[in-house]
Amino acid sequence: MKAQNTMKLTIESLSINEGFARSVICAFAAQLDPTIDVLSDIRTALSEAVTNCVVHAYKNGTGAVYITAALYPDGRIRIKVRDKGCGIEDLQKAMEPLFTTADGERAGLGFAVMQSLMDKVTVRSKPGSGTTVTLEKRIGSTHEG
Amino acid sequence: MPVTINTAPGSLTAVLVGDLDHHSAKPIRERIDAAIAEHRPTELVLDFGGITFMDSSGIGLVMGRYRLMEELGGKVVVDNAPTTIKKVMRLSGIDKLATINYGGADK
Ligand SMILES: Nc1ncnc2c1ncn2[C@@H]1O[C@H](COP(=O)(O)OP(=O)(O)O)[C@@H](O)[C@H]1O
Ligand SMILES: [Mg+2]
Repeated sequence: MKAQNTMKLTIESLSINEGFARSVICAFAAQLDPTIDVLSDIRTALSEAVTNCVVHAYKNGTGAVYITAALYPDGRIRIKVRDKGCGIEDLQKAMEPLFTTADGERAGLGFAVMQSLMDKVTVRSKPGSGTTVTLEKRIGSTHEG
Repeated sequence: MPVTINTAPGSLTAVLVGDLDHHSAKPIRERIDAAIAEHRPTELVLDFGGITFMDSSGIGLVMGRYRLMEELGGKVVVDNAPTTIKKVMRLSGIDKLATINYGGADK
């Protein structure tokens, strides 16, 4: 299905940009008239994906975080969060609830939160070259662009 | 994120306002832990009434304070939590360790 609207945002992996990315995604998703609950789910899942780029992907410095989003005429939003960071060695393990490789009080619940709040979560990762997280959710019923 | 600390005998309340995420968690944690070290309360109240957003970084913060208070033989209560963070709270199981009272700004 062809997207009715798309956006791209590239940010430096600084923690201050976590809130900025959330604001942008919310403003974009608002075009599909989501309920407050649905908007909150999308905002939270996006925050988890972006935070992972800041905390894990570029843990020894900073790098670019590429966020794209598309709205579809059947009322879905699809968001991609991509980094060119360290990648994930064991994806299955990384996605287990409570699993974390970082200290500093990470809960290890980022992927679990994304999965519970979105309809579909896909993760592709290659050690040494980066990670792409795709988040999908139905926001509303059929909508004309 | 501004944190206001209020103390009463045996009890310490941290009032949080704004987004609780990875960016804000560290300064909040440092502020609360310094106050706990100073006052040694038996009850830590996290007042979430002014929280506008929370993700799993907030769970890490609550979990960490739960562990700290457990070491001191005390407990943690989260007050006025907005209902928008209910799903994340439930998923983490933190609601089985600390008392979570809902009824924040978005109620
Ligand atoms: N973008 C990423 N790049 C590299 N590693 C990642 C990325 N996202 C997640 N990870 C790995 O997956 C683990 C689990 O992630 P998550 O569920 O969000 O928990 P947390 O962020 O609390 O560690 C992380 O500890 C990290 O090892
Ligand atoms: Mg995470």
